Amino acid sequence: MYYKFDVVIVGSGGAGLMAAMQLPNASVAVLSKVYPTRSHTGAAQGGVAAALGNREEDHWKWHMYDTVKGGDYLTDQPAAEILAREAIDAVYELEHRGLPFNRTEDGRIDQRRFGGHSHHFGEGPVRRSCYAADRTGHMILQTMYQQAIKNEVRFYNEYLVLDLLIVDGRACGVVAMEIRTGEIHTFHAKAVLFATGGYGRAWKVTSNAFACMGDGMSIAYRRGIPLQDMEMYQFHPTGIYKVGVLLSEAARGEGGKLLNDKGEYFMERYMPTMKDLAPRDIVSRCIVQEVNEGRGINGKDYVYLDVRHLGAEVINAKLPDITDFARNYLGVEPITEPVPVFPTAHYAMGGIPTDTDSRVVIDPQWTPMPGFYAAGEVACVSVHGANRLGTNSLVDLIVFGRRAGKHMAKFIAENDLVPLPEKPEGYSRELVDHLYTSGGHESAARVRSALQQVMLDKVFVERNEEGMRSALDTVSGLQEDYKNVEMQDKGKTFNTELVEAIELGFLLDCAEATVHGALARKESRGAHYRTDYQKRDDVNWLKHTLAYRGKDSHDVRLDYKDVILLDDPVFKPKERKY
Amino acid sequence: MNILMRIKRFDPEKDKKPYWDEFRVEADPIDRLLDALNTVKWTMDGTLTYRRSCAHGVCGSDAMRINGRNRLSCKVLIRDIGNKVTIEPMLGYPVIKDLVVDMDPFMQKYKAIKPYLIVHDTEPGTERLQSPEERARYDEGTKCILCGACTGACPSVWGNPDWVGPASIVNAHRFIFDSRDQGAAERLKILSDRNGVWRCRTIFNCADACPRGIPVTDLIEQVKRAIVYGGDTDTK
Repeated sequence: MYYKFDVVIVGSGGAGLMAAMQLPNASVAVLSKVYPTRSHTGAAQGGVAAALGNREEDHWKWHMYDTVKGGDYLTDQPAAEILAREAIDAVYELEHRGLPFNRTEDGRIDQRRFGGHSHHFGEGPVRRSCYAADRTGHMILQTMYQQAIKNEVRFYNEYLVLDLLIVDGRACGVVAMEIRTGEIHTFHAKAVLFATGGYGRAWKVTSNAFACMGDGMSIAYRRGIPLQDMEMYQFHPTGIYKVGVLLSEAARGEGGKLLNDKGEYFMERYMPTMKDLAPRDIVSRCIVQEVNEGRGINGKDYVYLDVRHLGAEVINAKLPDITDFARNYLGVEPITEPVPVFPTAHYAMGGIPTDTDSRVVIDPQWTPMPGFYAAGEVACVSVHGANRLGTNSLVDLIVFGRRAGKHMAKFIAENDLVPLPEKPEGYSRELVDHLYTSGGHESAARVRSALQQVMLDKVFVERNEEGMRSALDTVSGLQEDYKNVEMQDKGKTFNTELVEAIELGFLLDCAEATVHGALARKESRGAHYRTDYQKRDDVNWLKHTLAYRGKDSHDVRLDYKDVILLDDPVFKPKERKY
Repeated sequence: MNILMRIKRFDPEKDKKPYWDEFRVEADPIDRLLDALNTVKWTMDGTLTYRRSCAHGVCGSDAMRINGRNRLSCKVLIRDIGNKVTIEPMLGYPVIKDLVVDMDPFMQKYKAIKPYLIVHDTEPGTERLQSPEERARYDEGTKCILCGACTGACPSVWGNPDWVGPASIVNAHRFIFDSRDQGAAERLKILSDRNGVWRCRTIFNCADACPRGIPVTDLIEQVKRAIVYGGDTDTK
């Protein structure tokens, strides 16, 4: 089938729906490979940061400072300024649209502490996270979807996007497979927004949904668009041991603490001011160090998250979901027992490079590709730099999803539809046909599981040259093996084996770019910690990585672009202490 | 431990009618049932078809009928089901393939009750005020993840597919009792229709099925009372 729209939005999480909401007078299609309310935004727990100052004095500039410092100065500072300033208005917009925030006694939006968020430029923790119990992302997703229903947005549910259409350097649509029928469709549009989320499934232990397979990043990468800062991948400190399901930082925001085998609340030793509320990269490294030095629980590879002292009332009222996860998946009762945790793959700071209007930029000179936008986790604007602060992902979605929508509204008013390329569905049909008829005998499950294992073993919280070299060889070999993947299901109807196989191809691309960026970056910064280069190196590495796809996995081309700094001494790069 | 999985299969391209298939799977007692389904799909039979995404009970993709009750397969642990389990698609929905059902009719019913904040007043410059008590009044309904387990467990839905069903009423409740909302009258009118709340016979299957612990039947009763007795739906 052929469809024509002003705007095609790929992905129905917070960023995609926020953008859709800005386009009431345009014809908009939202394509999602799941039903919209299944999107992974719904799994976000703790909150959305905005300097409302409802509980204590706060200022957007403090929020901006925390974001820049939290990102270990790889953050583009004008983007961080926009994030912190516009968060306030965006949170009010969410409230106006019905989001059921928790409330203070005087009826305002309640706020709580979260990792890395401080007052007076780092003096101590501040209550900045606006929240709805520990299911803030769920509430954002539901509220946005409800508004989309009200605005009669056109949804194409369970459509897997396979390709981005580009003619003469301008985006003009996408090709998608309808999962229910296996049919391939062309969506012709003036503007395309990718809001497809991350790729946490590249690691064996992750908080991410099965859907988080890096679709959008890979599709752009295959079309010659670089991926930025992919080596900056966040491992959240408190995943449920072995399962990876997240126990929100809200637990520590409410006063929970990490405990080692000696019964010591060890974060006090590492970070005397912010303690357990230091940023995630630091806390994850501290946990790994405790385990490496033999202070994991019973000498094993985990520590405890302890919320017992908060009491049943606070735990049940403010942390109900995560308490339920611990009970359900570990059989542990957090009110009376500490919970086994270890870092879990969580969030991509990197992604498709964009400017602050969410336009995709394709080179170090910030040249935009007309008609192509990206927002949310799939994008790298870059506000999170080398490490994202808790609650800033939801801010990113609403602020830059909104900016994408507003800019697209302008763009479609000023530009006509450009003609489609010849045979727009050619690449996509080949991709799918190959999987039906590959003639190989490789199992997609084996390839995926080998990838997840090597990423966990070699490209995790701590990295080094030797480990990453072997990871690159493995990923490269798996890219070859992938060509021989065979499916048992040859049907057209709801072929999830086909969907999984296509997604695996996306995931391999993201892993490839990640390993290349990480190998090249010979320093430690934020989430990228190298045991062989333990210091941050601002002289050589205060710059963004751009990874361009080559003819094979060893042929990835790396380029770099400068980090944008403001001429304000407050934001000048300095050593991070908390 | 070794478990026997009995799964109802149907592929519209091959099968005239559904049939039972069996798989023996090695699983850890603390594995999720979803993990066992994945073991089958990834190592034994790639054609087995089901939906899943978050794998920890918040996205609502994998509602299915497990040993006769609607559950999310990612919230059921192997140790809780013993060594034999029967899995079917939810009742009350058209089956697309194996455990995958057509959710479109369900979403249409959800849309019918106007599941969005309706406000006629102009918005203030900051947030609208709402007390913690007013906020608590509609808290239960906000937990809904639209998995469809309650609706697919309801005998009244099985008997009458046009009935709006429990999930829609839960979501109507969420707005009717929200002090900021001004659309209660519109929704109560929709729900007092012949396919509205009155087909609920308080069977409580919905409350049993809800993976989020929402007291579904209770919320439906509150909506019934609001229709009959009217009055202030903001705080009660």
